[in-house]
Amino acid sequence: MKIFSVIVFFFAGCIFYAAQLNAATLVVGKNKPFTSIKAALQHCKSGDTILVETGLYKEQEIVIDKTIVLKGIQQPVLDGENKYQIILIKAPNVVIDNFRLQHSGKSDVNDIAAIKIFHADNVTISNNIIDDAYWGVLTQYSNNCIITNNHLKAYAKESSSGNGIHCWKCDNLRITDNTIKGHRDGIYFEFVTNSIVQKNISENNLRYGLHFMFSHNDAYISNIFKQNGSGVAVMYSHGVKMTGNSFIKNWGDGAYGLLLKEITDGYIYHNHFTNNTIGIHAEGTTRIKVEKNVFNSNGWAMRVQASCSDNHILYNNFQNNTFDIATNGSLVLNTFDHNYWDKYEGYDINKDRIGDVPYRPVSLFSMIVEKNPSAMVLFRSFMVTLFDKTEKVLPGITPENLKDNFPLMKPLAL
Amino acid sequence: MKKIIKYVTADILRNKIVLAYTVLLLIISFSVFALQDDASKGMLSLLNITLLIVPLMSVIFSAIYIYNSAEFIELLVSQPLKRKSIWLSLFYGLAAALSIAYFIGAGIPIIIYQPSATGFIMLGAGIILSIIFVAIALLAAVLTRDKAKGIGITILLWLYFALIFDGLILFILFQFEDYPLDKFMVFTSAFNPVDLCRILILLRMDVSALMGYTGAIFKDFFGSQTGSFVAVTVLLLWVIIPVWLSMKKFKKKDL
Repeated sequence: MKIFSVIVFFFAGCIFYAAQLNAATLVVGKNKPFTSIKAALQHCKSGDTILVETGLYKEQEIVIDKTIVLKGIQQPVLDGENKYQIILIKAPNVVIDNFRLQHSGKSDVNDIAAIKIFHADNVTISNNIIDDAYWGVLTQYSNNCIITNNHLKAYAKESSSGNGIHCWKCDNLRITDNTIKGHRDGIYFEFVTNSIVQKNISENNLRYGLHFMFSHNDAYISNIFKQNGSGVAVMYSHGVKMTGNSFIKNWGDGAYGLLLKEITDGYIYHNHFTNNTIGIHAEGTTRIKVEKNVFNSNGWAMRVQASCSDNHILYNNFQNNTFDIATNGSLVLNTFDHNYWDKYEGYDINKDRIGDVPYRPVSLFSMIVEKNPSAMVLFRSFMVTLFDKTEKVLPGITPENLKDNFPLMKPLAL
Repeated sequence: MKKIIKYVTADILRNKIVLAYTVLLLIISFSVFALQDDASKGMLSLLNITLLIVPLMSVIFSAIYIYNSAEFIELLVSQPLKRKSIWLSLFYGLAAALSIAYFIGAGIPIIIYQPSATGFIMLGAGIILSIIFVAIALLAAVLTRDKAKGIGITILLWLYFALIFDGLILFILFQFEDYPLDKFMVFTSAFNPVDLCRILILLRMDVSALMGYTGAIFKDFFGSQTGSFVAVTVLLLWVIIPVWLSMKKFKKKDL
């Protein structure tokens, strides 16, 4: 068995080596065979590697239609002169590595990007700095692409701005370890399936840190979304998994950490929602499981509209939020069990660490504020406290069924 | 004048009720901080005490003190002293004594457990509320000669500021809910020092929630430099106007 695997490896090695022999390496730079990338591209064939030495290259639009590896040495600068798209990839298996792309053109008519991947599979974009681009990386009709370890920074204004990493009709993408600042949406997915967004940092973007539309069965894991116009929006998608992310300081009028709109079968696990105006805003969601998350210091930890059904919110910590749960109707088709609520005032006589009285996370005042937002001025006044206490004893206005039947006495270690 | 202030302050500080008030505040404050593992929850409990018990204590104690020292005041008036300085000394003495009581009773625990901007705003609010309600008590006491009636008025005033005013606001909010009331709300909050202090503290405590909706208007106004300046000025007016009115009355009063 062992000998067999050695032989297999040997032959595999031979084939790989032969392929390498075929492929040439072209060097671009001052005093080198090629002084421009475009010239090198004309002379290369599929499978070649083009090494670009450090320097400033103003080459208008570079179109890559052969399967090549384009690699920078010490981050050469590709400049779009505020007029042109910088790189357009039309061939599969292309690698773009270690460049600095800057000043792409800006246009509302054409989608001008620093790197556009169009109808090309298995493309890898890695270790680049993209500065002042209109769209950062734009991927269309391309599957199995990897976008990793890039740093994108834009200086967008609301009227004219593109997204950082924009993906349209793709499958099986991997977007990892990128940082995106100052774009319109940090990462945008539309009709993208089976993809992973992992360990990215998306901050100070004008609209959303991450935006999902009609994108099914994706996962985003361990990302940080900070101070964006309003956090993350997941809309019209099913089977999205969201784990280990941090949603921080998404502040403002109608801003939220995570917006769920018309989505089904999602799983929200182990995320941290800190200092957002609204932690999670759920509208028309079905069969979502919200488990083991931490909601800390938000204005509203969760706003679950009456249009949501079959959602399970369990084993979360709700601490220091102004309001724990808000809703807009009396119909409740969701469960809120086994959470820790710091506002819980019940007791635990049988010492099983579960409170003996159910907890009602919707306060009367949060219903009042829902109807009349100006009433927020009266928050924490004695009268409002009296109202809330009375309502807790005799619930009349707050939804009868919205309660945690097994509130935890101590916060979970999350 | 200094002598009278000294005498009044010493007299009040020796008074067992103020001492008991200080100790009570101290016990409550330490226990709310010690019982909860989270200091900001302790601050919440302390907020209720600052907004309810502190004004109540100040207003009732000051009114009773003024009534009980009627003979002492008469004695002072018979001396070659200006009525203005007698009355102001009484005010300074009461204000100083109750502020010190609040500072020791609630301020020290705040400084120990929550030495943040929120904590200091709370401390400032507690002290200014103590002083404001001393001023209001002086006005009520000078207006009526009858002790029972005077104390009744002060209790009613406290009830008005602590509870009825907010009820009226809520009523107005719902009656005129179709109109934009945000600016009006900023304006009306000036008419209740308790509300004004509450909003100033709220802006620190619940900033995430207040950033949403119309809350942004409050944040924009009270969070800005001019806004805080206006708020502090209004609070000071709440001290100056009642004291000035009561002094005018006291000068002409037939004792």
